[in-house]
Amino acid sequence: MDVPVLKQRDYLIASVQAVLTDRDLVVLRDRLVEQVGYYRSIGVILDVTGLDVMDSFSVRTLRDMAHMIRLRGADTVIVGIQPEVAFSMVQLGLSLEGVPTALDLEEGLAYFDNRPKRNHTRLR
Amino acid sequence: MTRGAEALPRMASGLAKNLNETATIAIDAVADIVTARQRGREMALRLGFSETESTLIATIISELSRNVVLYAQHGEIRLEASTKSGKRGLVIISHDEGPGIPDVQRAIVGGYSTSGGLGLGLCGVQRMVDELHIDTKIGRGTTITAKKWLS
Repeated sequence: MDVPVLKQRDYLIASVQAVLTDRDLVVLRDRLVEQVGYYRSIGVILDVTGLDVMDSFSVRTLRDMAHMIRLRGADTVIVGIQPEVAFSMVQLGLSLEGVPTALDLEEGLAYFDNRPKRNHTRLR
Repeated sequence: MTRGAEALPRMASGLAKNLNETATIAIDAVADIVTARQRGREMALRLGFSETESTLIATIISELSRNVVLYAQHGEIRLEASTKSGKRGLVIISHDEGPGIPDVQRAIVGGYSTSGGLGLGLCGVQRMVDELHIDTKIGRGTTITAKKWLS
């Protein structure tokens, strides 16, 4: 499953619209880490609304991705974690460790525009 | 009237079918992890688990089937609708003939992993299910049985 990546001003927006396998997720990580340089983006918004589960592998891959993107000089905000997915993550003790999150795409853009409409949380 | 009379046995047989439902998913590649967790979620929803509980069950199946791929390469996930003292539930059995778990206690306590994974898999699974049974023999394989009852 190929995840569409959109360039919007200085940002890259990737929307996961269907279930991803472990391999799809790794491909997405590598692509975004590379495209941040290609498009000279300063921020990446990853919309995970379409992810059916966030298990230890997906959480680690997303966390690694955010750290790699940071090393490339850009920031990542993860948006669209569904309530039941958030519940499972907390129950299983899975953490995104400092990767910023926001409610949805709109809040993700607001996060980067430095005019947040609500308080953004950082998962620890 | 006639409609109602028809619907009743159909519903009853549908329920009986749910209670006997089983599925076996062969785990040979990462794509099978997705298949297994999707089947598990569907089955959990049919059994009456909430969306939230079904997502949790899908996540547990994801962890168990990934362990199969990572450590044993091949194996299977078996899903069984079950009942215990009047409660309905789902039994998840992951089976492989891989290397076995050298230190089960450490694998459950958490932070221990030999695959470079997070080491949270089994630890998290144990906290989330009602019953967990691990049968493992070095060089012979591992069978993990996890049971979740409807509350």
